[in-house]
Amino acid sequence: MDKLEINDLRINFNTREGVIRAVEGVNITLNRGEVVGLVGESGSGKSVTCNSILQLLPSPPAKIESGSIKWKNKDLLKEQKVDMEVIRGKEISMVFQDPMSSLNPYLPVLDQVAEPLIIHGMASLPEARKKAGEMLLKVGVSRVAENPRAYPHEFSGGMRQRAMIAMALITQPSVLLADEPTTALDVTVQSKILCILKELCRDLQISVLFVSHDLGLVAELADRVIVMYRGKIVENNNTKSLFSNPKHPYVKALIACRPTLDSKITRLPTIADFMDEENNKIQKDEKLDLNPIHLDSEETLVEIKGLFVDFPSESGLIRAIDGINLKIRKGTTHGIVGESGSGKTTLGRAILQLVQPTAGQFYLNGNVVVFKSIRERKRFCKSMQIIFQDPYASLNPRLTVEQILTEPMIVHGIGKSRKERMTRAMEIMEEVGLDAGFLNRYPHQFSGGQRQRICVARALTTEPEFIVCDECVSAMDVSVQAQVLNLLKSLQVSRGLTYLFISHDLSVVKFMSDQIAVMQKGRIIENGTADQIYNDPQSKYTRALIDAVPKANCSLSHTY
Amino acid sequence: MKKVVLSRILQAIPTLWVIATVTFFMTRYAPGGPFDSEKAIPQEIKVKLESHFGLDRPLAEQYLLYLKNLLQGDLGPSFKYPGWEVSELIATAFPISLTLGALSLVIALLIGLPVGIIAALRKNSWLDYLPMSLSMAGICLPTFVLGPLLIYVFSTQLSLLPPLGWYGPADWVLPSFTLGLFYAAYIARLTRAGMLEALQQDYVRTAIAKGASSFRVVTKHALRGGLLPVITYLGPAFAGLISGSFVIESVFFIPGLGKFFVTAAFNRDYTMVLGTVLFYASLIILLNLLVDLLQAWLDPKARQL
Amino acid sequence: MSLENSSSLGKDAWLRLKANRMAMLSLWVLVAMAVLSVVGPVLSPYSYDEQNLDRVFHGPCNEHLFGTDNLGRDLFTRATYGGRISLAVGLLATIVSLIIGVTYGMTAGYAGSKTDAWMMRSVDVLYSLPFTIFVILLMVLFGRNFLLLFLAIGAVEWLTMARITRAQTINLKKTEFIEAARALGYSHWRILFRHLLPNLVGPIIVYATLTVPSVMLLEAVLSFLGLGVQAPLSSWGSLIKEGADKMDAAPWLLFFPGIFFCMTLFALNFLGDGLRDALDPKSSKE
Repeated sequence: MDKLEINDLRINFNTREGVIRAVEGVNITLNRGEVVGLVGESGSGKSVTCNSILQLLPSPPAKIESGSIKWKNKDLLKEQKVDMEVIRGKEISMVFQDPMSSLNPYLPVLDQVAEPLIIHGMASLPEARKKAGEMLLKVGVSRVAENPRAYPHEFSGGMRQRAMIAMALITQPSVLLADEPTTALDVTVQSKILCILKELCRDLQISVLFVSHDLGLVAELADRVIVMYRGKIVENNNTKSLFSNPKHPYVKALIACRPTLDSKITRLPTIADFMDEENNKIQKDEKLDLNPIHLDSEETLVEIKGLFVDFPSESGLIRAIDGINLKIRKGTTHGIVGESGSGKTTLGRAILQLVQPTAGQFYLNGNVVVFKSIRERKRFCKSMQIIFQDPYASLNPRLTVEQILTEPMIVHGIGKSRKERMTRAMEIMEEVGLDAGFLNRYPHQFSGGQRQRICVARALTTEPEFIVCDECVSAMDVSVQAQVLNLLKSLQVSRGLTYLFISHDLSVVKFMSDQIAVMQKGRIIENGTADQIYNDPQSKYTRALIDAVPKANCSLSHTY
Repeated sequence: MKKVVLSRILQAIPTLWVIATVTFFMTRYAPGGPFDSEKAIPQEIKVKLESHFGLDRPLAEQYLLYLKNLLQGDLGPSFKYPGWEVSELIATAFPISLTLGALSLVIALLIGLPVGIIAALRKNSWLDYLPMSLSMAGICLPTFVLGPLLIYVFSTQLSLLPPLGWYGPADWVLPSFTLGLFYAAYIARLTRAGMLEALQQDYVRTAIAKGASSFRVVTKHALRGGLLPVITYLGPAFAGLISGSFVIESVFFIPGLGKFFVTAAFNRDYTMVLGTVLFYASLIILLNLLVDLLQAWLDPKARQL
Repeated sequence: MSLENSSSLGKDAWLRLKANRMAMLSLWVLVAMAVLSVVGPVLSPYSYDEQNLDRVFHGPCNEHLFGTDNLGRDLFTRATYGGRISLAVGLLATIVSLIIGVTYGMTAGYAGSKTDAWMMRSVDVLYSLPFTIFVILLMVLFGRNFLLLFLAIGAVEWLTMARITRAQTINLKKTEFIEAARALGYSHWRILFRHLLPNLVGPIIVYATLTVPSVMLLEAVLSFLGLGVQAPLSSWGSLIKEGADKMDAAPWLLFFPGIFFCMTLFALNFLGDGLRDALDPKSSKE
């Protein structure tokens, strides 16, 4: 009887630009004690579906066109607000994506965790607080025992998410809805949270609907997987069958175009490869085809010696980079992998002097890089460029693509006339796979993946030798990511570029890099070839990072 | 927190000094001394007065003398009201302005806050459009138009309330309502905007997902964040109330500090002007500090610093 | 993904504004007011200071559209002429405060660290000055000079403009396209004027539109206290004062200038709100 049934759900959004069909006929059944993973990329409708269950969708833009959600002889879509209040938090609970903003910054964490008990009249205030304290200990948040009045900002992201889980499960609901709960967290933290979730839900016999964009993650947790694409369900199967024998081309593509740790390929398959019926080849087994020049290259293009970077903060100086030495060989990609706080982003910015180092020297082709005056900066800017993480914030919204691409040429004196610059801009556009006719458009008219290509094009206008890729695919869906990574790789071959590739995602770093450096707390703790790092990690931290990648087994011991 | 208080007090001292100096020199260099208009005063008395106030000494000396007196809390005697010290005048007139200001603020909050909250909760309904349009009208209607209008309606036509003076509680009604309504309009709009923003927050969504009733969501979760813009506005609001009092006191003939100040400015009553300016400045600094402390107290992050 | 012909953010915003009926109505009202103020005194057979002592306190009639005042002057002419003064003061003072405030705020925000700290400390000090009081003082002591009037008012308003600009600049400075500009070796001037300023335009316009009514109010208050423009010149503020004094005898003296004034303020506020909605960058993001 405790079955959650979504029947033929259709949801539209009324926006300024027209009607968006977010969910088009979705059927999902969640049985008692089952863990179902709902997977899809952005725009698939997975979050909208999940949020509609508890009537959490903002009602003016969203409109439920038809369908029903059956729960205990009721249709949740038609229930009155007062009746929903009884269900929410008590029979069906929810955990959200961003633990930083999902907790009320003005109330102590303990009180917030206790609140569901008070709302549903399940305990008095002191009792509720006590139970909340126990629950928090159970999920591994011990801080609250010492300081009951602790506020959310005193906790790390992982701790806050644990508190959210405690808050959702404290009333022992029958169903837990989890909307991308680990997306905003580091990989190592993520795996711990998943373990907690898995264990608690199994102990309390709670059904879970786990929404995520990460297929691999869901594989770890779920009994069954449902894949959504553009508002529709394309496949619904138990985990094992889905992964061993995917039927729908989109699912095949999702599985294939994600770089994995255990294979080395030169080109990632993309969704396009799969959705195009004629061309269903899976290129997974393509062997190494590296240009021999890379392997034999002894020439160091970029060298970093003794880098220290400090940031002023309220409590004094924070050391973001604590002594780094690095040599990057010409024509290769040197990957930097680390979690938040490791200093990897600061490293990328420090090389380009966007952040002022406290100490350290940079060398380009053996020459010292000095940035004292604008002229000197200009000279080295020609050779060293950077691509950022957020394609939406990386382009000046007021300039056309043509202006964005020709400006560096004007500043650096490349191309003698407007016509020449235009021609060059058009060539570069073709090189990054964009139609040259788009030159007179504005950034907001492009998708995220296209915008990132424009950023790549912009970086190429000065004919650089060295490009820092700072988490430049981290904000993208897997399918788009594959396209951009393929582009970067092919550019490296055609132009002989050298990359410093920074990411928190090990699989992506492994796909891109020849050499990898692992960073933690501002230091490089391990440095070697990609194969060395993954097959024979020397340090405990590296091993933990590798283990934490989804698809590895979750240890059931209480070592959170 | 203590650091903030201390640094603000330290900041206040040079500010006050700058104000004192600027005002001093401004009044000195303005055309026409305080006694120009009254040509009827015999020459000897005029000279005596000028020497009494130090007007015949070199400028630098006058300035230092002035500063010295200030530090002792002596704002000097009034030029225009013989026998009265400036501080005494301020002490008599200020409580009246203070009552007016406080009442206006209370009215503004009592009307503005609930209206704003309801408008936010019932967005796009008539409970939203009507009050918001009225409040827009309120902002556009200057107090010196609203005042006479209210007098016309309530005193002249309906004879309900006394139009002028400041003798008893009945006199307080019209002036404080005039000033209060103006600020109520601002506060209503700010509250509405703040609440709308707060209601969009993720943590409000979490509260709803926990099954909290609308009442609980609003009072326990949204209100705190939603009222922040209003509290930030309190600082400028105080300053506005002070300058607003000039107008109101003129319209309703209330013997408050505002009226004294304007009169003193017209009459070139140097010491009175200087004294009042310094007094107001200190008041504003103090009030701004209190507002900042209030803001910090409400924000747990700031509280712990 | 909509890939029609290039549509800049400005064009998008204008389209959005056009869809907002209240805002467009307000825009028309303002245009009407401006035109009336310029054309009214020209069309009228009377001049604004022409006294006609046998036509004192006449209500609205055929010869005098809005009636006459205590000196027999035609109210219509004076009211529309007052529009010139009030609108001019509003616009000029806003422009003054805009130029000073934006330059100051942008410089402080972009320079950052110590320069910013010092610049803002001065602003903080000035902010705690009872500025209205100073303006009153200035006007009393140095006479009712028209130039002085709008300079003084502009000097009051620039502080908030500076604060807003600085806050926006600091936000923008952190965005990646500004960092990209630095990484590409652009000079500071280029970044400030080609990248920063165009992106500041939105909030600046909104705030400027909302500053004009606040300036006009201030001018009206000054006039009310007898410190505004000198007679026989008239601004809406001074006309309202005259009208308020004579309200019992000749209510039209308060009514017409009052209506003009309030309608203009109303329209400016609505337009400002509409602009804020139209220029909201969130709606152009995916």
